[in-house]
Amino acid sequence: MNAVPATETANAVTLSGIGKRYGRYWAVDQVSLALRPGERLALLGHNGAGKTTLMKLMLGLIRPDVGTIAVLGEPPGDAASPTRRAIGFLPENVTFHDAMTGRETLRFYARLKHRPDRECRTLLDRVGLSAAADHRVGTYSKGMRQRLGLAQALLGDPRLLLLDEPTTGLDPALREAFYAIISDLAAGGSAVLLSSHLLTELEERTDRIAVMNQGRLVAAGTLDQLRADAGLPIEFRLRIAEGRLAPVADALAALAPRRGGPLELVVACAPADKMAVLRIVTGLGADIGDLEIVLPGLDAIYTRFTADAIPGEVTS
Amino acid sequence: MTALVTIAVKELRDGLRNRWAVTATFVLAGLALALAFLGSAPTGHVGVPPLAVTVVSLASLTVFLVPLIAIILSYDSLVGEVERGTMLLLLTYPVRRWEVVIGKFVGHTALLGLAITAGYGTAGLAITATGGTAVAGQWPAFVTLIVTSVALGTAFLALGYFISSLVRERATAAGIALAVWLMLVLLFDLGLLGFLAATEGRGIAPGLFRWVLMLDPADIFRLINLASFAEVRKYSGMAGLPALAQVPTPVLLAGLGAWIAVPLALTIAVFSRRSL
Repeated sequence: MNAVPATETANAVTLSGIGKRYGRYWAVDQVSLALRPGERLALLGHNGAGKTTLMKLMLGLIRPDVGTIAVLGEPPGDAASPTRRAIGFLPENVTFHDAMTGRETLRFYARLKHRPDRECRTLLDRVGLSAAADHRVGTYSKGMRQRLGLAQALLGDPRLLLLDEPTTGLDPALREAFYAIISDLAAGGSAVLLSSHLLTELEERTDRIAVMNQGRLVAAGTLDQLRADAGLPIEFRLRIAEGRLAPVADALAALAPRRGGPLELVVACAPADKMAVLRIVTGLGADIGDLEIVLPGLDAIYTRFTADAIPGEVTS
Repeated sequence: MTALVTIAVKELRDGLRNRWAVTATFVLAGLALALAFLGSAPTGHVGVPPLAVTVVSLASLTVFLVPLIAIILSYDSLVGEVERGTMLLLLTYPVRRWEVVIGKFVGHTALLGLAITAGYGTAGLAITATGGTAVAGQWPAFVTLIVTSVALGTAFLALGYFISSLVRERATAAGIALAVWLMLVLLFDLGLLGFLAATEGRGIAPGLFRWVLMLDPADIFRLINLASFAEVRKYSGMAGLPALAQVPTPVLLAGLGAWIAVPLALTIAVFSRRSL
């Protein structure tokens, strides 16, 4: 545990002000982030935002130009260290040797991690590949390769799981099964970092979200914290009693309502004013037939934080 | 160490499965048999010549063919996996980079050794079985031929690995590999011959010439096989070679060993610094 403060050893991953430069372009710029055991952290960002580079830095495949990294209490990159066995990684667009069968592939990786062959059987079962285990990987569909990739990442009950775009190519049912496995692992104390650009599916399934844009970490926190940080308005959709539209609109004039439908008014407000608005609205009594509060979704929050990106400028 | 063995075994199994080893064995055995049984046709008769003659013709074949087979096998060993993306995942495992290089190299060497031994061995057995005049003294020459063929192939494997560690794309590696092969098996000798002819043999001091030959693994291979055994020298045109011009066999073998070890060490040095 050389030169890593004790407070950081408790974290699965600690990034302190790291930067990685390719030529004059900073692929990762001043990123500080901590991942705790049992936490599921989603890493969001456009292609080229630095998500994959960040994972490669955590895996020790590349070294940061500035800053320090501690992974499971050690600087990453020492292939001889036993902590390597406690890390699982699923690369983006995972590839295997086409001539080997799924079972042979998994056994090959299991041996490198010093895991018994019987663990492969369990894992193939778990990702639903038992039936195709003895077919050549070359015959596998994209989803099957992805599942084999997940199986190899799960070898040895990793304490840290790094998953780069793990659900691309999986159909909705497999996606559900995938997140169930992730939740099980997190419940068992493993830290999970997964990158994605599929936003909506992450809303319910991760504990914390980090947003990257052009190499920088532009936001990190729970969905509620991000929502507050984003400062996006909350909308009240009010169903007005028949014939009462005009009087209600007058009463709410200070809140600048707009028409949402024949019998609907929409009032937007800052998150901090939510209760005040609610009190005014409920003060109108029977004129309000129903009301719906619409919180900004992850899509809106993500767009807010990455708005200054120029799409297509950087591709990885 | 177990990681190294795991990688070597996988590489060997890959080569056996994709029929690479079988194909190479058949090519080598076929050519060896053709040379053995038809090799004396130009002299006017078809029959089985002494094993020593086969050694001479096989050595000439080996010098071109085995390096080509070896370098085709190895040029994409590293860059191919980097390009396909399998290397990225492999290096996140508890495996040191030198273990990846040596593991794959050992697997490929075993594959090549298997193909050469099976191919030439078959031919050798066929010659004796059909009544070839296998004088007892000629067998060591034949065994030496097989062992040094494997060593020559291994040297070109190492060169292929080194090329593979340097470049970014498989196609580049393929081009460089073919250029290196042509250079070492053909152009080096042609250049040397041309130089000697132009200087009327006085360009290189006689004592130095034999050491110049050490700069090419193919020439080391020729010297070992064509000049080391008295029985073979009779047929290889090396009988008149003065003792002075000869390099002791252990030195030749060490030279071949250096042609394996140096490129391999360079490969590890380069690959360890490569970022993925």
